[in-house]
Order: sequence, then structure tokens, then C-alpha cells
Amino acid sequence: MSLALPDPDRAVLARRDDIVNQLATLVPEAILITDEEGRRTFETDALTAYRCLPLAVVLPSSTEEVSRILRFCHENHVKVVPRGAGTSLAGGALPLEDAIVLCLSRMTKVLAIDVATRTARVEAGITNTGITQAVAAQGFFYAPDPSSQIACTLGGNVATNSGGAHCLKYGVTVNNVQGVRLVLMDGEIVDIGGDHLDASGYDFLALIVGSEGQLGVVTEATVRLIKVPEGARPVLLGFDTTEAAASCVGAIIAAGIVPVAIEFMDRPAIHVCEHFVAAGYPLDVEALLIVEVEGSDDEIEYLLEKIEEIARDHNPATVRRSQNAEESALIWKGRKAAFGAIGQLSDYYCMDGVIPLSKLPKALDEIGWICRKYRFDVANIFHAGDGNLHPLILYNANDPLQLERAEQCGAEILKLCVELGGCLTGEHGVGIEKRELMYVQYSDADLEQQMRIKTVFDPEWLLNPGKVFPLEGRPPQ
Amino acid sequence: MTGHMRLGFHAPETAEELAHLVAEAVDTRTPLEVMGRGTKREIGRPVGSGSVVSTERMVGVPLYEPSELVLVAQAGTPLRQIETVLAENEQELPFEPVDLGPILGYGPGEATIGGVIATNISGSRRVIAGAARDYVLGVKAVNGRGEIIKAGGRVMKNVTGYDVGRVLAGSWGTLAIMTEISLKVLPAQREIRTLICFGLPDPTGVEALWLAMDTPFAVSGTVHMHAGLAKGLSHPDISGAGVSVTAIRVENFPASARYRASRLKQVLAAYEPALELDTMGSRAFWEEIRTLKMFQGTKAPLWRISTTPAGASKLVAGLARKIEVRALYDWSGGLVWLETPPLSDAGAVEVRRTIAELGGHATLVRAEASTRGAIDIFQPLDPLLMALTAKLKQAFDPAGILNPGRMYQGL
Repeated sequence: MSLALPDPDRAVLARRDDIVNQLATLVPEAILITDEEGRRTFETDALTAYRCLPLAVVLPSSTEEVSRILRFCHENHVKVVPRGAGTSLAGGALPLEDAIVLCLSRMTKVLAIDVATRTARVEAGITNTGITQAVAAQGFFYAPDPSSQIACTLGGNVATNSGGAHCLKYGVTVNNVQGVRLVLMDGEIVDIGGDHLDASGYDFLALIVGSEGQLGVVTEATVRLIKVPEGARPVLLGFDTTEAAASCVGAIIAAGIVPVAIEFMDRPAIHVCEHFVAAGYPLDVEALLIVEVEGSDDEIEYLLEKIEEIARDHNPATVRRSQNAEESALIWKGRKAAFGAIGQLSDYYCMDGVIPLSKLPKALDEIGWICRKYRFDVANIFHAGDGNLHPLILYNANDPLQLERAEQCGAEILKLCVELGGCLTGEHGVGIEKRELMYVQYSDADLEQQMRIKTVFDPEWLLNPGKVFPLEGRPPQ
Repeated sequence: MTGHMRLGFHAPETAEELAHLVAEAVDTRTPLEVMGRGTKREIGRPVGSGSVVSTERMVGVPLYEPSELVLVAQAGTPLRQIETVLAENEQELPFEPVDLGPILGYGPGEATIGGVIATNISGSRRVIAGAARDYVLGVKAVNGRGEIIKAGGRVMKNVTGYDVGRVLAGSWGTLAIMTEISLKVLPAQREIRTLICFGLPDPTGVEALWLAMDTPFAVSGTVHMHAGLAKGLSHPDISGAGVSVTAIRVENFPASARYRASRLKQVLAAYEPALELDTMGSRAFWEEIRTLKMFQGTKAPLWRISTTPAGASKLVAGLARKIEVRALYDWSGGLVWLETPPLSDAGAVEVRRTIAELGGHATLVRAEASTRGAIDIFQPLDPLLMALTAKLKQAFDPAGILNPGRMYQGL
């Protein structure tokens, strides 16, 4: 564990009982967790190497309660860590000793579905899948689909601008949210955007999406709904080299075809997933692409034929089209289960760097070298269409030395991504994990501009502090 | 050329020169009017500055990777140049930017990409493809402190820090001056079909538009216009119809576009789509929508109103009871271009009152300078959002020298 948390405010720790009592009076309907065992549940997120017991945990059930809690914390200089389902892989929801965890997982209501505007108004604690389930009967779905979609909340998706496998066609969260109700740190409630497209004035929505809970707490959102296509079908393309797979991806896009998804798995990932799900993946290839297209049966046939034709120029070892809905579901089940499957075999540290697509072969090659240098195995599963890599560094979490080495290995991989023209994180967020690497990508002036924005919304930096910006970074005067 | 006054006109060639210039303006408290080639200069409140800074000499496409769907352009690059480069590789800007130049007396394609992004003006495909801001991957800019800043990058996904690039989109040059923009581009549509219905009253026309959107056929253009506006278009069957015109576009590879059009015809049978435009006809029709041909050649006030499809025809009908209006509905009714009579307030009182009832926001895109100086051009914000707006402006431009007053009085 190489990353420190900010020093707690001793005065706040000393007033813990008083703060908890006041909160209990202030929001009697909210669930307030103060005992150690209860707080233990919230001590970490999906970056489990880092843990910290918060001052207390509060689970409100309305925007008004969120507002009262934030106003109280603001007046009393108590830090607040917003949280949804706690699936952040970057420590974005890691508590602080002197902070209240504000968990929105009880706010799960679907408030309205509007077929004419093709939007749904939902509370921020609803799960990603929950939105699609709620609108499926009307023939719609909510497009962003992160791997954790069964558990993760829309609020968390907004915080990290989540993507997923199908964002190559449909975009990420920022492209699929039209409005939010935001509670500022001082308790003020502000509506940004809504039913209509493109809010007037500055694009505050773009700032809120991806701000990792540092600018305000989103309690409701208006999301864009997409009509379910007539059909969708993937094809599996196996290759003997990662280079061939990577150049095939570029060739498909250059040919004017933008599939809904192009997923990449390397040999270790293929084997683990096939063993876990029996999805029918070929085991004798170095790289596997799952390429999915949508449309009517004829459109799908046409596009898959085109894609297979392009693939044949890159010497595929396997070309296998899904024959029916069951096969398609199984192919995706394997991909979506990948992280879990690998997790059954080994602890892993999941990276999230992004690179320009043309640098894919070089990036995979270098990542292999870096991991060998640190004596780790690595599995690669990622969204190839948009260059968002997810190398999984396999290590033993019970060995603190290995953890530290894995972190160094990961940092080196992310620096490589930036050197190749990419960025540190595509969809997981900076959180605590990549905080100190921000100077790799940004200059002082770049980061200071971002920090000034933080100060606009939260002048005292009480909201999810210690994340995103390097710890020594202080709000500029 | 744009023909504006050259007095106090600065057109730096590099971000460094621009940064130096802004720093000097900060030191001397000189307000700067920020623009590209000035084709949208007459939108917004008059800035009232003797000093103009333009990006028109920052021209070029330093990076274009068709197989990565990425194009990086210098902010002053004319839109036409970017569209030409893209077309050579059968790609396009997916948000189909509306070209406001021709309705304001400038030539088509003259606008710069910086201006397109800074105003976040998206065209008909916005309804399915997203807005200009949705395609911004990263920017380089000079803020109001004279610092060169960058945000985002040139890759498809990026949540490394706050999304400063998208905030600059739609900020009308009031926060920072963009010098370089990375954009996501997409393959151009090869085959297009447009179904056209005639004589539908507004509520029925808009209903046909969102019924079309409620299909899985990726409908990418949905407009409905009053008879008087249709008269201004080139296609003889449309200009000569003498009734309202409702148009719905589908695109894709040839067989698919044809399939989608035939299925849509069934769905819309009750609205009697009497005309179908092929690819060439469609291109010509949608290009006229994109350049707002029906509003060219006059100086009548023109509003751009973002509302909901369900409220759009009510909004127009409500206004029509008070003042004479002509309306083009786009985005399946989510956007209304509304021409009002040359009243001294351009109809602002009525427009704002109606929007207050029905929701949405309105921007006065065309009006005489005297009108623009006297009324709110952009939708007035609620006090809390206005306070955040002022603070955000302060965070980028503490001296208040970039396009002061352009969007909001005193800001």
C-alpha cells in the first residue's frame, strides 16, 4: 500500500459522538450506521487493498435528506464520501476516517418514463441494469454497460463516466445523460438539464459527469433511452498473433463499419473464461475478438459477411458466427464474467489505460515486457474498438510486497499509455489509485484549472477529498 | 474573408503567441472579443471591445487517423476544409453542424471548427448521434489568465480528471480560447432515404416525427416546417406544395437504407408519405436544412428553442396566438427554429413567457444590434445556476476579459 490518505481532522474525530447524534436528529428517516461492524461493510470499495473505517455511514432516501446532510456537514466542516454500490476499481468510494459515507443505494426509484422524449427519470441509486429492466417493456434500453452493471449504480456511473462493451456505438455515460439533480456541498439543490437536449448556458452536466463525486451529489438523473434494435449478433474471430487481431480491428473501422462492440481477449483471458463459462471460445489462439453488429437479419448477415471478409485479410485462425440467441448470450456471458472468472484463480489488479488504436500491438507487447520485469502474469480483456485497455496484473494480495510491486507495475503500464498518446483512465476514474500519476498526463496549469473548478463547487474541498488530484496539490488561492 | 474591421485585430499563429496576447490583455485590463472568422459574431450580446482576437490563422489538421476515428484540428480551420478532408476518407462529423453563416450574411462553410465547437451548434442528426460536444475528445486552449491548458486527449475514452474540453464547448469563447480540438469522427453514410409527408398540421407532423423515432430504424433526421418555409427550398415538389412539409431520414449501407425506408413507410402509412428522396435528393434537402436556407435572405429575428417533442407544437401554437411566427421543428420536435416579426424585442417577452410555462430554453440567433444590446439573448438562468456560472467564469477568466457580456450581462 503506497498511497496515503489525507491526515484526518482531529477536531472532527473528537466530536464524533456529537456529529452522529446531530445527524440522527437531522434525518430521522435515514438509516444511520455508527457501530464498528456496520461501518466495516463500507470500509472499502472494489480496490480492496485500501480500507478505512468512516466516521459514520448514512443512507438517505430523498434529495431533501441528502441536502440536509450536506448542509450539516458543510456547516460542521465534516468531509463527505458519496457512494453507490462501492464497485469502484480506483478507490473512488474509499472512506476517510473523518468523513461521513453518504450511500445512495436506497434511492432506486424510477420516477418517470417518457416515450416521446425517449428519456427516463430515475434516482441515482438505481443499478445500471435496473434502468434497462424498467424500460424494456417499452422496447428501450439504457446503453452504457460496464461489466459491473448488475451491481453498480447510475450515480456511480455518472461519477466515473462509465462506458462498457457497447459504448463504441452508443457512447459513454456523458453521451447518455441529459440532466441531473445535484446537491451542492452547502445543501443547495440545483437542476441541470432535463427533458430537452443541450441545456442552456455552460455545460455543467459535462463537468458533473466524470467528476468522481467531488462537485456535488447527484440524486436523480434524466437518462437517454435507446430503442432496442431488431436483432444483434456477434462473431468470434481468433488470431495467432495479437498484432493480427489489432490490425483487423483497425481495418474493420477503416472500412466504414462501426460495430456495436469489439472486445479483445488474450490467451490467458480466453482460457480462464472458457473454463468458467464454456462459451465456446477457441483455445488455440493468441487473441480473440468478439465483434457484434445490430439490425435486421439481413443487415446483420451483410455486416458480418463484410467483417469476416476483412478478417480474412488478417489470417484468422477461427471465424465463428453465433448461430442463435442462446449462443450470442453465452458468448457475452463469457466476456462479462471475465473479471470474476480470473478473480477465482488469482487476485488481480485491474488497469484502465487508454491508447490510440494504432498503438495496440506495441502497447500489448510493452505491457507483456513490463509485467515480466515485475514477475507477474497478465491477462488482457478490453474494449478494442476504443483502445481502452484492461490489463489484469495477477498477484497475491496477501503478500504486501507483491501488492506494492503490482502497483508499481500498474503505474508503469499507465505511464506507457500516456506516452503512446493515450490517458490514465478510460472509465474507472482516477480515484485514489491514479491520483499521484496525474502529473504524467497534465501540466501544473492543466491541473490547477481543474482544481479551480473543484473550488467553484466545493470551496472547502469537503466532498470526496484526497482523490483525483495529487495529495500535495492544494486548491490554488 | 469575413470583412470585419481590422482595427485592434489580432490573429496569432500559435498558442504561445495567443497566451502572450491574453496575458498582456489581463495586465492592461483590455477586454477581448474572441472569434474564429467571425461568422457568428452577430450572435449574443454585443461585446463592445475595441480589441478582437481571432484564431483564423491557426489552421490545419495536425492529426487524422481514419482507422481510429480521430481528427485533431487547429481551432481556426474552416469547417469546409475539415469536411473535405473527412470526405476524402468517406467520413464525416456525426453531429452534422448547422452552418449559421448563410443566415447571417456570410458564405457557407466559412465558420471555423473552433467556432462550431465553442457554440455547440448541432444539426439534425443530433437527435440520434449526439451534439457537437459529444464528439469533443480533448482541447488545447488559453484561459483568461493567459495560461495554455489542455484537457482530455485524442483517445475515445477518458475520465482522467474533469471534462474541461466539453465545458469549453458551448461557452462562446467566454471561458478560454480554444487553439486545438480533437474530435471523434464517424464513417459517412453511403445511402440516404428521405420520406416526405405533406400538409400535416404541427401536432400531427411532430407526432409523425417521434413515431418514426420510436422504431429501431436509426432515424437520423426529423423535421417539420410551415408551408411558408418549405417554399424557400429547392426541390420543386416541396417548394411548390403550398402546405407544411414533414421529412424523415434514414441512412446506412444501400440495402439497409432501402429496407429501413420501406419499413418506415409502413409505420407512417397513416401520415401518407407521398415523396421519397434518393441519396442525391436527400443530400441536397438536408444540406438546405443544415444551412437554414428557408431563413436566408431576410433579417427577421430568428430564435433557436430547445424544448420537448411533447411540448413543441403547443409552444408554437401559443406564440402564434400572440405574434406572427414561422417554425421549423427539428430533433423530432425537440428543437424549434422560430422566425418572429421585427418587433423591438424580437418577440422576447412572449417567447420567454411561453417557455416558462412549457420548459426548455431559447436563444435569439438573429436580431438587429440594437435589439441584442437591449434584451437577454441566451435563456436567463435560475439564480443558483447563474451564481455557479459566474463562479465558473471567474475560475477560467478572473479578470473578465474574454468576450465579456457576450452570454450574460455583466459577465
